Amino acid sequence: MNAGTLFGLCAAVVIGVGVFGLIVNPHPLRKILAFNVVGSGVFLLFGAIAYRGAGAGLGGDPVPQALLITGIVVAFSATALAVALLLRLFDETGSVTLSSDAPARTGNDTDAH
Amino acid sequence: MLTTPGGWLLVVAVLAPFVGVLAGLALGGRGAQHVAALMLPIGLAVASGIAWTLTQTGDTVVYLLGGWSPPLGIALRADGLSAAMLLAVAVVVCGVGVFARADFDTPAGTPEKRAPLAFWLLLLAVWGSLNLVFVSGDLFTLYVALELLTFSGVPLVCLDGRGETLRAALRYLLFALAGSLLYLLGAVLLYGGYGTLDIALLAERVHAEPVAWTAAALMTVGLLAKTALFPLHIWLPPAHAGAPAAASAVLSALVIKGSWFLVVRLWFDVMPGVVTLPAAQLLAGLGAAAIVAGSVVALRQERLKLLVAYSTIAQIGYLFLMFPLAFDASGHTLVHGAALTGGLLQAIAHATAKAGMFMAAGLMYAALGHDRIAELGGVARALPVTVLAFAISGVALMGVMPSGAYLAKKLLLESADSSGQWWWTMVLQGGAAFTAGYVVLVLANALRRPAVPVTLAKRVSRLSEYAALALALCSLLLAFAALGPVPGDLVSNPLAPKELGPTLLVVLVGALLALGLSRRPLLGGAGHDGPMRRATVAAGTGFEHTDAFLRRWPSASLALLALAALFGGLMLARSP
Repeated sequence: MNAGTLFGLCAAVVIGVGVFGLIVNPHPLRKILAFNVVGSGVFLLFGAIAYRGAGAGLGGDPVPQALLITGIVVAFSATALAVALLLRLFDETGSVTLSSDAPARTGNDTDAH
Repeated sequence: MLTTPGGWLLVVAVLAPFVGVLAGLALGGRGAQHVAALMLPIGLAVASGIAWTLTQTGDTVVYLLGGWSPPLGIALRADGLSAAMLLAVAVVVCGVGVFARADFDTPAGTPEKRAPLAFWLLLLAVWGSLNLVFVSGDLFTLYVALELLTFSGVPLVCLDGRGETLRAALRYLLFALAGSLLYLLGAVLLYGGYGTLDIALLAERVHAEPVAWTAAALMTVGLLAKTALFPLHIWLPPAHAGAPAAASAVLSALVIKGSWFLVVRLWFDVMPGVVTLPAAQLLAGLGAAAIVAGSVVALRQERLKLLVAYSTIAQIGYLFLMFPLAFDASGHTLVHGAALTGGLLQAIAHATAKAGMFMAAGLMYAALGHDRIAELGGVARALPVTVLAFAISGVALMGVMPSGAYLAKKLLLESADSSGQWWWTMVLQGGAAFTAGYVVLVLANALRRPAVPVTLAKRVSRLSEYAALALALCSLLLAFAALGPVPGDLVSNPLAPKELGPTLLVVLVGALLALGLSRRPLLGGAGHDGPMRRATVAAGTGFEHTDAFLRRWPSASLALLALAALFGGLMLARSP
């Protein structure tokens, strides 16, 4: 097994762990963290692809590296937005649960509290 | 490949709204509104310019960033699909911009507030991201565009900052992020397999093998989560129903179209030879389920905005019916043809009509101070233009003669006929009756004579009412825009018996559905339901429970994974 395959398999494991967390953890903060774990897995996979594609005597395929930086910036902004929403939700309602009672069932304009 | 004449218009289409966002942010509340007002005509002119260039040259408009051609550089491309969507989005954004002047105005002498500033900036940001989705020719640029679209759509949900809407926004964001990771993973796999992300180059290199169908399945399902196709609609009802009217119109009419458009790009332009007919049947099957479940649950709602939100879920289903109909005669590859044109028309018809419908619902809410459907009585007399706008949007969505949905239905029915897929004929015909159901339900209540005369909580702006009406009329008259002022044999007199008969039948079945399923009985008082109605109400309640179950986080995310596996399996089934 060469290093590229090893990194690829690691990426698969990291993505799997993240997806598991995304599904089973009811707490939004943990979901945000799980999202970042999945994201890291995808980035690791991309890194492995860049490494594997390093033919022609180059130190690595440079295109995935450029895309990775962009991807990390996007994931960072997503995390920042999610955390900001979460903090605001806590300020407004005093809880951070995601499971709203289905609004279809409430007949009148009730606020969250 | 080189930059074509007029290619710079694509750059302006993407950059202008974002320049507007930055300028608005620097200038602050009142300034942002002026910048947005300035950008609306500019954006509309640019979109028209792109469409005009395309019709003049008859070829794809291309711009190579920095003069570098793919795979090293990045290309912006606009074909017929992109140009049509660019123009439709520009029209809807202008309509929303006019509508929102009343709600998000900051008159001289009043302090500037945060919500109007955020609204105008986000409106421009949604517009710019959508334009980028339509013109980018590269899967990674598309990923960035999709994320920009999500980041500008999510805060629109919680503009008023109530806890309930914040929760809806967070749910939307988290589920959309799960979807975009699946998309990104697919894009990464494609790069690993073929060494490029450019759409045109990928289309030449890709062929049916494990890496291609794995990527196709992951990307498709990720995008479906962002489009909120049933059963992945976990986030849509609270988000769309809780947002202010202008924001709901943007979210429902435009934001979901971005990811839908990307599914179309992916299936038709990137991997027409990788996706399979069974996978397309599954996609359309989910669409059919969305039509039935979305419409039934819509009929069970007590609140108008939730009804419109659930009707969006049903209408999203329509957008996916075209996929199995667009395969060529051998059933091996997807082709650009009548079915795709039908699907595109359906998307544009829905964008305009649904924006008009959400605006009308928002105006009724603002005027009455509530949006309980059973207590809408008398609103038709108080707000005739608004109720007319709602009715026309509904009629346009039903697919009555000159509307875009009519033409779309006709094209799809012909494709279904010629490919022998009779089951989609049934779905297409039956879907209109469901749409008629919730339109009849709302109108019957709005036209009812109230027990006490209605007192309006607030006067609504005339301009907003006419903006809603104008968008509804756009959708109703779309067939003329698509075919020219003298349409050919695709369009006939709407009052001829051949057309009137089916229309009346659709309305009649819709009325029966509304009678059977509405939460409060439409006729007579409560308490003495017949056995028929008791049975239909029980069925409706069953649908509501199923919907509530599917919208729980664990079931939705498991459905996401299961669908990815299912799509992968169906594409694997392709014999080489």
